Amino acid sequence: MVLRVTDMGVARGGVPVLDGVSLALGPGEALVLRGPNGIGKTTLLRAVAGLQQALSGDVEAAPEGLVYAGHADGIKAALTVTENLTFWAQVFGTQGISRALEAFRLGPLAHRQAGALSAGQKRRLGLARLLVTGRPVWLLDEPTVSLDTEAVAMFAGAVRGHLAQGGAALIATHIDLGLSEARILDLGPYRAAPLAADDFDGVFL
Amino acid sequence: MSLNALWEYANPKKFIETTDRVLPWIAWGSAITLAAGLVWGFFFTPDDYKQGSTVKIIYLHVPSALMAINAWLMMLVTSLVWIVRRHHVSALAARAAAPVGMVMTLIALATGALWGQPMWGTWWAWDPRLTSFLILFLFYLGYIALWEAIENDDTAADLTSILCLVGSVFALLSRYAVNFWNQGLHQGASLSLDKEENVADVFWYPLLVAMAGFVLLFVALVLVRTRTEIRARRMRALEARERMQA
Amino acid sequence: MIALLARDMRLAVRAGGGFGLGLAFFLIVVVLVPFGVGPQSALLSKIAPGILWLGALLACLLSLDRIFALDHEDGSLDLLATSPLPMEGIVSVKALAHWLTTGLPLVLAAPVLGVLLNLPGPGFGWLVLSLALGTPALSVIGTFGAALTVGLKRGGLLLSLLVLPLYVPTLIFGAEVARRGAEGMAPGTPLALLAGITCGTIALLPFASAAVLKVNLR
Repeated sequence: MVLRVTDMGVARGGVPVLDGVSLALGPGEALVLRGPNGIGKTTLLRAVAGLQQALSGDVEAAPEGLVYAGHADGIKAALTVTENLTFWAQVFGTQGISRALEAFRLGPLAHRQAGALSAGQKRRLGLARLLVTGRPVWLLDEPTVSLDTEAVAMFAGAVRGHLAQGGAALIATHIDLGLSEARILDLGPYRAAPLAADDFDGVFL
Repeated sequence: MSLNALWEYANPKKFIETTDRVLPWIAWGSAITLAAGLVWGFFFTPDDYKQGSTVKIIYLHVPSALMAINAWLMMLVTSLVWIVRRHHVSALAARAAAPVGMVMTLIALATGALWGQPMWGTWWAWDPRLTSFLILFLFYLGYIALWEAIENDDTAADLTSILCLVGSVFALLSRYAVNFWNQGLHQGASLSLDKEENVADVFWYPLLVAMAGFVLLFVALVLVRTRTEIRARRMRALEARERMQA
Repeated sequence: MIALLARDMRLAVRAGGGFGLGLAFFLIVVVLVPFGVGPQSALLSKIAPGILWLGALLACLLSLDRIFALDHEDGSLDLLATSPLPMEGIVSVKALAHWLTTGLPLVLAAPVLGVLLNLPGPGFGWLVLSLALGTPALSVIGTFGAALTVGLKRGGLLLSLLVLPLYVPTLIFGAEVARRGAEGMAPGTPLALLAGITCGTIALLPFASAAVLKVNLR
């Protein structure tokens, strides 16, 4: 197992949204989180990434094994594509960004300022960051926003390549990625029950 | 009562139930002691041989100054309790105490100005004690503004309690810095164990009563405000729950 | 960590305004003072150390909200928080970058502005020394304030309200060093105290800033 989440409950804005979520990812596995807007996909991913405290439950993962990609890509407009990626490579202590440039076909854009990229190109740059981190477990929140079909296929290819190398991915998304091998976890059944009135009096939430 | 039993009152429900019973006693106690101390102090003590009747403002000035500092200390303790044990009532009590402490600081500053005008010939001087109180007032302002600015209650509680800790250190530093910066005209502390040196008994006893009155007043106000905060918090939680179910 | 510092410096140079804005503000404050208090050089030279310190402090304050705001908006802060860098390291590097882009230029510009205010001759060295010792504390304290207000939409004013009271001891000791230096007195005691405050804040405050930032990211 590269990632195991047991009995996790999370809250958004102080209100519990999910409860008792358990999941496990082995090397080479991908898991897609499904569920309507507001069910807590982002919150769950952030809790797994350690950006947020879970109400309950445990996350077991290899130390320094996770990398998170959220709605915003953390791209600096004033830096070039290469500089943006090199920075993240240095932060994560890895070498070489050529593989990442190649996987998302950013080569021709390598020396362009990131501010001059289109929304889809920026997103590709944001996803290319995942490859330079060299971490095995990707936590992806709506990775395909503003990507066209071709770029979605490019992304699916990158995920597949990552899985083939023994990586894993936990993806929250609405669209079909074309990743037939990915398992699907519907979060609907894990919706947190509203607290009973008695508990409520005790601790307000 | 053992220390463990004390934590029971960290439960909001228990807190409300207990304060329901205790609050009237404290409120009436505060009203009676305050009235007694102030009436005694204002009308039944002689004028000071140097300061005349202006000295009587001491019965407002000293207790409010005392509570201005004690309120901050109480906020420091409750903030620590929130950080360590995460009891909501503790965080809300800190929030409730801040405006009370701020008003006490204002009273101390205003009565000080009223007293200073006839005594020193000026409403305001950049004396270390006065300046420190002004800085304390600014700390209260910042603390309250931070509480108001943040929507999520737990986030606000975390941030303000850390601000309170850091602020306490800097407030203490400022106190020494200000002392260093200007030696000042303010008389020494009016209260100490060897009170004979500072204040004569005729002034001292009514002052003690007035201080007890201010302490009780502070406790009563903080309890009332904490209850309000608990209920406001509960209302927000209920609304959030309703939105979830809708 | 070095990569983060290099990136922030590069951004400050490229995005423009990083170095210049604080300096320009400092210049304007110093130029406005004689308009406000009159041109008598005796008066100006008496208040020069205080004005220069206050100007530097306000110039520092002006750029504080940029420390985390940009990184928060574009999501870098989330990504940095999940990176191998410790949060304490991130806030320290951010404070260092702020000092290099704001504090250091102020220190270097202060003697020039001292001439405008008739700062007495012996005061120049002490002014530069006090600013060099004091401005790092301003950056570190400011980083704490910036971390407190990072998620807020109109956090700028609140940031000033929170940070200014925390600046009091640094300002008192820093300006005292410059004043005593200018008046030819021995500035040893306030200098030691100023150095103490700077060392203390650099050693301890990043822990508070990191804790606050973690709370704000969740």
